[in-house]
Amino acid sequence: MTGPSTQWLAEALAVLEPEHLSIEDDSAAHAGHAGARSGGGHYTVTVVSARFSGLNRVARHRLVYTALGDLMKTRIHALALVALAPDEL
Amino acid sequence: MDIQNTIKQTVTENPVVLFMKGSAQFPQCGFSGRAVQILKACGVDKFVTVDVLADPEIRQGIKDYSSWPTIPQLYVNGEFVGGSDIMYEMYQSGELQTLLKPAGSDA
Repeated sequence: MTGPSTQWLAEALAVLEPEHLSIEDDSAAHAGHAGARSGGGHYTVTVVSARFSGLNRVARHRLVYTALGDLMKTRIHALALVALAPDEL
Repeated sequence: MDIQNTIKQTVTENPVVLFMKGSAQFPQCGFSGRAVQILKACGVDKFVTVDVLADPEIRQGIKDYSSWPTIPQLYVNGEFVGGSDIMYEMYQSGELQTLLKPAGSDA
């Protein structure tokens, strides 16, 4: 599901108790562009968690952003996010 | 006027506002470019874009305004809708077209 290079990201998201978590590191495709200069990576994350049940999309993404905390300002430059409840698979 | 009031005025005086990196013609970020394409695909021809790269105060201020850490951000009739992933999901389900219909679409 996730490689060793994104283990830190998986660990940060563990508080959401995901039933499924996939993390793609898209950083290589963006190396050298202006946003990559700060050192933050580009990631695509799919999280399936019961915590999202009954929440709208904005509330789900906020839960993820809260779990990530300062990582959004440091190690993560860009994040494509899919947040699903288990019954939406 | 402080930056939060400036943002509030912008999103309430214009039905559709996209805070993005770059302009609709020349987006400076893949997510921002995608957001513009989604609005156009919804038939919205009149929307205001604010280039956050042009003003560091707005770039931080818009993140504080909706407690949302990323850009782009879409506002319709003063309400925060979401970022580009949410826009795309709502576009696929048809919700975004419905939301935008009275706001700025010619459809």
